[in-house]
Amino acid sequence: MDALLFAAAALVVLGLGALPRLVRGPTVGDRVVAVNALGTTTVVVLALVAAALEEPGFLDVALVYALLNFLLSIGLAKFAVERGGVL
Amino acid sequence: MTGGGLLAAGLAVGSVAFTLVAVVGLYRLPDLYARAHATSKADTLGALLGLGAAGVALGGEGSVKLVLLAVFLLATAPTAAHAVVRAAHDQGIDPWTRGAGHGRGPDAEPEPEPEPEREPEPEREPDGGAGG
Repeated sequence: MDALLFAAAALVVLGLGALPRLVRGPTVGDRVVAVNALGTTTVVVLALVAAALEEPGFLDVALVYALLNFLLSIGLAKFAVERGGVL
Repeated sequence: MTGGGLLAAGLAVGSVAFTLVAVVGLYRLPDLYARAHATSKADTLGALLGLGAAGVALGGEGSVKLVLLAVFLLATAPTAAHAVVRAAHDQGIDPWTRGAGHGRGPDAEPEPEPEPEREPEPEREPDGGAGG
């Protein structure tokens, strides 16, 4: 379905738009927030591509990517501070 | 285009719109706390709309995984933003306030170094008597 592919392409562009904040964001937290937004966008792009190409197997990739994205954020937040109790 | 196709396209357009709001917020807002605020809400809503579009278009076969993915994103995206913001707060990064001492704009450099913690005031000697 073309509309979903167009939406996925627009989301890819928006996700790439988060990259300059990742490069220059003044603190570590800014970078982690940018990576988190990029990862969420990637998950949605994977789901949209799975729907557009009618390949439900891509949803497994999206699920694992969402899990890894969450682990990345929690891990960086945990090890950015000394005592580590951020949750 | 069928009704389901139109619904999926509308949901996908909404997803792109909310993600655009999140990315604009990532640039226009002044500091980490405001940026995390923008992305954790607008991006989560955009992701949910996008997953809804995929679910409508895909039909029954992948909808269980899509619902699982939506629930997981709804639970973890704000949690991750909370953890990052709390870590930043524990590091002593001050929230941006308008014109309070440091008027840091959106593109300002970070403060050169955090202010050293003020030394605790020396304990005052307890009074000898009760005001005798």
